[in-house]
Amino acid sequence: MDFFQLLSDVEKADPEFLDRINPRRRVFKYLGNAGQKITAAAVPAVLASFFNRAYGQSTTLTAPVQAVLTLALQLEYLEYHFYNTALSITGLVPSQETQAITTIRNDEAGHINALRAVLGTAAPQPYLFTDFDYSGGSGTGSGPMRNALLPGAAGNDNGALFFAAGQAFSDTGQRAYKGGAPVLNTTATKDILEAALNIHSVEARHNSHFRTVRRALVANSLGSAGAPAVSPYDAAPKSWISLIDNGGPTAPDGSKPASKVYGAGSPATGSPDASYPSEDNTTQATVNLTSLNSTYTAAAVSEAFDEPLDAATVKSIALLFTSTAGKAKGLFQ
Amino acid sequence: MYAGATAGATALVLAGCDKSDSSSGTIDVGSGDAGILNYAYALEQLEAAFYAQVKSTTNGYYTSASAAEKQIFDDLALHEAIHRDFLRAALQANSITPLKDLTPNFSSINFADRTSVLAAAQRFEDTGVAAYNGAGRFLSSNANLALAGKIVSVEARHAALIRDLRNYGKFVDSDVVNTFTPSAPATAGLYAGEGTPNTTANTQGNGNPGPGQERSKRPPQILQAVNEFLAEGSKLSASSFA
Repeated sequence: MDFFQLLSDVEKADPEFLDRINPRRRVFKYLGNAGQKITAAAVPAVLASFFNRAYGQSTTLTAPVQAVLTLALQLEYLEYHFYNTALSITGLVPSQETQAITTIRNDEAGHINALRAVLGTAAPQPYLFTDFDYSGGSGTGSGPMRNALLPGAAGNDNGALFFAAGQAFSDTGQRAYKGGAPVLNTTATKDILEAALNIHSVEARHNSHFRTVRRALVANSLGSAGAPAVSPYDAAPKSWISLIDNGGPTAPDGSKPASKVYGAGSPATGSPDASYPSEDNTTQATVNLTSLNSTYTAAAVSEAFDEPLDAATVKSIALLFTSTAGKAKGLFQ
Repeated sequence: MYAGATAGATALVLAGCDKSDSSSGTIDVGSGDAGILNYAYALEQLEAAFYAQVKSTTNGYYTSASAAEKQIFDDLALHEAIHRDFLRAALQANSITPLKDLTPNFSSINFADRTSVLAAAQRFEDTGVAAYNGAGRFLSSNANLALAGKIVSVEARHAALIRDLRNYGKFVDSDVVNTFTPSAPATAGLYAGEGTPNTTANTQGNGNPGPGQERSKRPPQILQAVNEFLAEGSKLSASSFA
């Protein structure tokens, strides 16, 4: 089979084909590189992938569903490049955590794979590491988390700042999926809803592990889940969010770069599917849960429920971690 | 696959009309949003009862647990009791009759033994996550869906921590997640989802979730496993949700 001849033939039959699979026509570069690596046996699968991209089901997705899935995909790229890059930096991720971060990176890659498949032609171009500003500086590169990918830099002994950022990113992810889920709850998109829920819980599993690692860092017991949480839980958090975790991790400059991750979205009150309270919320479906039993403290009640975030608030958080190049591509806009 | 699921649902609905089924003594959770809320209420009752027994067992594992593990089990007991009481309150607020108080059967669990307690805790938590994920599609009310979402991520946090305590680094593993290994991007740095997801059907749950996704399970599959921990007269069915 002549792969390029076939594409050429398809283009003759459908002049818009290449535009369909890549509106910016970077497809030539993509194919050029791909062609060198594709074995004959892989061609049918690769072709199927291209046809799926060109004529996938995206035309049947409504704009609100597309918007939820696109934001989810962008957040997955934020996480994927952070972990994938960290794994390539010698001395950053402690050896006890290499396998765990690899697992998390692979899960995010799987989420990218799944979301791109569902979005089909509506999927944006893949984002690059350089589309993000992991310093949290909104593109300046000099934000409060700038040491998170620098081994041994201030605040980053044993990757402490890296794990703090991982906690913030995965909590943003779980809150974003929670906020988007009701949009996916239509008769036509029940399978997509279930897939999103199945990604959502994996983000929560990741977040639990990041918190476990941060407790171990404080107790100097890396590689063990047996370290205690230490109030007020910003540095040595529980594996669940207690009130607002005192604003989340503290950066080397003393700021709280993730405080919005644990705060309220907009609006903060209303129906459960259209309100985004801060993580210290103690009222669910109009029931004040601290009133049900004297042992149900505000902290315990807040821990028992994670809260959703609205898309606008999620984007405002994610834009702190978006570079000028990313913004130019519409990332988190 | 969809046609098969529909056929299965029909079979179960028909079975529900059969006298021989009712004589087996299961309590059906019902249908619609009310059925799913009662289903969740049943699971939370079971989890709350388990952690209460972990804490109350004389000379049990909890008595001699490390301070860190005591803190964890104190929290788990509170979270699940709060979930249980919240769901009961929410059912009543919506004029839905809550399921009766279920009688658990924890005879297979050795509450004096850390290994046995942690293994059971993992099973309950992983089951809870798969259950909520598989139940979401049956909810028509977005308010109910949102509430379920607020609970399930906490169950996932529990599951991940218990798994890390038992086998460090296994907060995600192939028994609960369809794990995925990406291949190198066609263009360096430009990851477009390269890699071949595992499509081998799993015998449990929805069988073949997408890559990196939890293995959600439908209510009948969950209850088949959960009934082992319920006494006669408290065993459950969910014939409307196949």
